[in-house]
Amino acid sequence: MRKILEVEGLSKVYGSGCPECFRLTGPDMDTNICPRCGSVVAAHDLTFDLFEGEILGIIGESGSGKSTAVKCLYFDQPPSSGRALFHDQGEQHDLFQINRAKQRQLANHRFGMVYQNPHLGLNFGISAGGNIAERLLMSGARHYSDIRLRARTLLERTEVLGERMDELPKNFSGGMQQRVQIAKALAIEPPLLFLDEITTGLDLSVQAAILDLILEIQQELNTSMIVVTHDLGVIRLLAGRTMVMKYGRIIESGLTDQILEDPQHAYTQRLVASSL
Amino acid sequence: MSPAAGYNFGFLDEYAKKEIRRATLKAVAIPGYQVPYSSREMPMGRGFGTGGLQLTLALIGAGETLKVIDQGSDDSVNAVNLRSFIEMTCPGIDTTTSVDEADLIQSRHRIPEKPLREDQLLVLQVPYPDPLVIVEPSEDKRKVQHGEADYSRLLVKLYEDLVHFGEITISHRYPTRINDHYVIDPSPIPRWDVPKIHQSKALILLGAGREKKIYAVPPYCKAEPLAFDDVPFRVEDFCDEQGVRRACTRCGCTTSFLDEFVDSTCGEKIYQCSDSDWCDEVMGEQS
Repeated sequence: MRKILEVEGLSKVYGSGCPECFRLTGPDMDTNICPRCGSVVAAHDLTFDLFEGEILGIIGESGSGKSTAVKCLYFDQPPSSGRALFHDQGEQHDLFQINRAKQRQLANHRFGMVYQNPHLGLNFGISAGGNIAERLLMSGARHYSDIRLRARTLLERTEVLGERMDELPKNFSGGMQQRVQIAKALAIEPPLLFLDEITTGLDLSVQAAILDLILEIQQELNTSMIVVTHDLGVIRLLAGRTMVMKYGRIIESGLTDQILEDPQHAYTQRLVASSL
Repeated sequence: MSPAAGYNFGFLDEYAKKEIRRATLKAVAIPGYQVPYSSREMPMGRGFGTGGLQLTLALIGAGETLKVIDQGSDDSVNAVNLRSFIEMTCPGIDTTTSVDEADLIQSRHRIPEKPLREDQLLVLQVPYPDPLVIVEPSEDKRKVQHGEADYSRLLVKLYEDLVHFGEITISHRYPTRINDHYVIDPSPIPRWDVPKIHQSKALILLGAGREKKIYAVPPYCKAEPLAFDDVPFRVEDFCDEQGVRRACTRCGCTTSFLDEFVDSTCGEKIYQCSDSDWCDEVMGEQS
């Protein structure tokens, strides 16, 4: 299998930071707030690889830094340190070294992001079709009828009625908003997709439908995905490999089955036990 | 008002003029980029054309001829007052209503029908310089979008217009891309005038007094209105119900931008050239 993403030593500190930050925080210290300077160590020394067509799960409790990791990779936030290499069409991009314009180009052309809250991923002032059009226009499409057709196809693919494409997303149910967001992220068929708590807050049957959709898409387009969640069920269903995070650190990683059946770290054991 | 009365030539002091000229040079060097400048206090309210006025005052010199237009007319209130203020503060300049005779033309809402020449200068008064303001409220973000030439959100606005109304509904201030990078608000000129910016022989300067911005379209510069490949930009057609092009009731011209108004005696809609100098000239040729 081909590597698509290599992340090395990714860290993110909110606050001024001091030389002691990393030593005084983490799962062993039972905190992610540096007692010396008060900075929050949201993520520290994250190192992982992602392969083509693979779904990598990141699981952890609220504030464990799992969303921060994904937001850094999608350029929503700059990391404090670390390196990320993105392999794409024979080229290699050093994600945190390239300039802002190049980052935006990658985010628009090669990445997709689905947020937990549709308000972050969708523009509620414009129609569902317009939201998808925005993504297509960002990547350079300039043909109106082609854009319309593509938006309709995508919405139908994600099981939103084509007739409703010109409605505002605020008229949609939560599950439909999430589908529109997925359609928007998929509009340009990105090789890399970030999913940040996409089923949180939806009812169980809708959750199942959305997860099915994600799996189908992954098989259809061979998209690599990073799935961030605190729900073991989502991890079990989607991810082939999983990383467990706590207080900004990766405390355990491996095949999902292995982690769920034979957790090594005390926190993971508690996590698995509590969900059963 | 002479210099003895305590006012410098052109009302502004020399430092203010120098600053405006410097901003203008930068604007010409980076076509379409909005250059910030200090925008001095003028003896008229901001929003009444102080941006254009400051450009004119900083650029005009004795012996030059000025034309001031407001909505195509030389005789409307804004034009008359600006003209008399410039005459008063710039002794030695001439004013005219003829496009041919003018060295510098200051205008609001219109570009003259008659093509401009290389030795002429057009100054446009701008109320809102940033075309992105309708889609992005934060100026910080707008600056980044301009820098990266990211105008997808403006195109989404056009898309939404097409979805809801079947056509692009922007009648004036049509976002126009200059030299393949910056998109400008070409001031409230109608669509009709937008193609005149493209490869214009005259230098076009745009000044926003309230928003403190100067930008420019240099001569022979590319200016493309934003549109889709399959939904091209189009100008007003001025056709009646039968599809026949309306003519000016005064001069009979069928190739100019027309104003519609109601005849106060018969109550019917009538159409007349918006550019009064053009209308006079066409009438002069007929007689």
